[in-house]
Amino acid sequence: MAVRDLSPAGPAVRDEPVPPAAVADRHGWKWLLCAPALTILVFAASGPLLIVLVYSFLTPAGFGGVVWEFSTEAWFRVFLARDIFEPELLGPNRAHLAIFWRSVSLAFQTALICAVLGFPTAWFIATRPQRSRAVWLFLITIPFWTNLLIRTFAIQEVIRNQGLINTILLKAGAIEAPIQMLYTDFAILVGMAYVFLPLMVLPLYAAMDKLDIRLLEAGYDLYASRWRVLRHIVLPLVKPGFIAGSILVFIPAIGAYVTPRVLGGGRNMMLGNLIELQFGQGRNWPLGAALAMTLLIIVVATLVVYMRYVGRQEEGRRDG
Amino acid sequence: MPDASAPPAGNDATAHSVSSPEGEIEIGRLSKVFGAGATAFRALDGVSLAIRRGEFFTLLGPSGCGKTTLLRLIAGFEQPSSGTLRIGGQEVAGLGPNRRPVNTVFQNYALFPHMSVADNIGFGLRMLGRRRAEVQSATAEMLRLVRMEELADRRPGEISGGQQQRVALARALAPRPRVLLLDEPLSALDLKLRKEMQSELKRLQAETGITFVFVTHDQEEALTMSDRIAVMNAGRILQTGSPEEIYNHPADRFVADFIGDTNFLEVELLEVAAAGARIRLPGGAALPANLPAGPAPAAGSCVTVVIRPEHARLADADGALAGTVERSVFFGTDTHVHLRLDDGSSFTLRRQNSAAAGPAPDPGSRVGIALAEGALQLLRN
Repeated sequence: MAVRDLSPAGPAVRDEPVPPAAVADRHGWKWLLCAPALTILVFAASGPLLIVLVYSFLTPAGFGGVVWEFSTEAWFRVFLARDIFEPELLGPNRAHLAIFWRSVSLAFQTALICAVLGFPTAWFIATRPQRSRAVWLFLITIPFWTNLLIRTFAIQEVIRNQGLINTILLKAGAIEAPIQMLYTDFAILVGMAYVFLPLMVLPLYAAMDKLDIRLLEAGYDLYASRWRVLRHIVLPLVKPGFIAGSILVFIPAIGAYVTPRVLGGGRNMMLGNLIELQFGQGRNWPLGAALAMTLLIIVVATLVVYMRYVGRQEEGRRDG
Repeated sequence: MPDASAPPAGNDATAHSVSSPEGEIEIGRLSKVFGAGATAFRALDGVSLAIRRGEFFTLLGPSGCGKTTLLRLIAGFEQPSSGTLRIGGQEVAGLGPNRRPVNTVFQNYALFPHMSVADNIGFGLRMLGRRRAEVQSATAEMLRLVRMEELADRRPGEISGGQQQRVALARALAPRPRVLLLDEPLSALDLKLRKEMQSELKRLQAETGITFVFVTHDQEEALTMSDRIAVMNAGRILQTGSPEEIYNHPADRFVADFIGDTNFLEVELLEVAAAGARIRLPGGAALPANLPAGPAPAAGSCVTVVIRPEHARLADADGALAGTVERSVFFGTDTHVHLRLDDGSSFTLRRQNSAAAGPAPDPGSRVGIALAEGALQLLRN
């Protein structure tokens, strides 16, 4: 078939009335090539998601599981709370809203920290000689080799009250009492920035790798200081790397489970922990399912807003 | 002989002393070494040069001769290992490219892909902190100068190579630098476009009056465009002079060979005088020859002379040289006749294909060669 596709459209080919593309799919079997991917998507992603969606509209059974009885109670309780004394009185579910806010805010801050730390790191790697770059990239990915839980416990060991940092500061006399770092939002932030940093560095490096060093020389030649070369030439040109990196960091960060569990303690929950709580101790599967769907909606909404914003900026620059 | 006002050809010591008030760029014993130890590479080796205000100066040489390194040193992208570099009378050692009154047109143009044509051109002025109105009027003027008005809002990726070339020129000229550096800017263009841009460059230089320093490995480009040329090889300047001087009075074998077609003859030096020398050709004829700059070789020694193919013509058997025709190659306006001289060396002469010239000689026929007055140029050994 390929041979026919490549042959010039001479008279010998013209007498064939069916165009080559149609010939190739004469039996309509071409779509089978994407069957493996389709199978995985349907059975492992869309299917379970559908189950979660259905469960979020059911009634919780006493000891976990669901009763097949339609209810919107779970969705109400995602955002609203009943007064303890007067169940008819509905108010905003402050605990849930605080957790939503913490999740979004921490994920956003994580992406920001990763961008700030990742840029110089990626720049350093991109400016090494071609041969040593592979070594540096390899070093960046080494943390992936260790279990996430173990790495998170390692951070705990560093920042806990009797941990490395506090011990050193106490011994040095810089502080009188240990600083409470563990079980705070700060600890979660440190842990997530550490875990997700490579996801920012790699796309940034890919963008910088394509950057023509002569463009920087041209800017420098045209009276731009190093800072302004960075601002006016490097940053706009590696922006696709920032976009890809911040999406790659933000999405897993907002649904993070292990890091806030180990470093945030019970008090500083994120959405992932809240969902786990409903399916576990809470024994309220419909609420857990509704929360999971809420997380999905938040991620998709954030992405849409972000891409719109990026797209508009792109357009504005073209017009201006 | 070159005229007295021109710096003596390629002689480092004397070129260094030429520091006329007109000198826009003065380079003294400039060296650049890349790397260190056993792997060190000396890209520039004690180069001295004075480039005059408002001239079209070309650095000509084969790739790897150090011409681009010299350009990058002037621009400030590299710092010299030793030597002095003055631009407009000011020592610029240690100054970054953004603090030198010099702009560069890069070989690949290096236009900013995320900016429009107009924003590219205005970039230098914006970085200099000029007012918005000034940037706009200067940009409009440059767009007019390079005839790109209607493409001002396009991105560099949306215009052709020749148009990108014009934008790169406009961008470098917009801040009105003292000196414009051009790093083989025409090498990426096809022949027709290259010819167009050559005259475009000359026009721009005439209109702006800015000193152009042009780097190329194309000898024809250098000869047709330059006011003066410096021929470089292996990190050194071999000869500096006008295109006519370089072509007619090459100082050494490399220059003679690199520029144009050349015949080399080993001859005996009979006598040396202030006005010139007399040499004896292999055939026995004694003829006057031009002396190279610098110390003259001793009489009686064996030296090399250069004869350009168009300075020789076919003559009867009693010419200054004699030989056998090997083949003739038709080139349109002229025919190149390849000969084997009696002493075994090869010789090429160029014959105009005018109506009166008659047919080219047949291979194998014996001919004489007559040489034009002043055709012989002695080389430095």
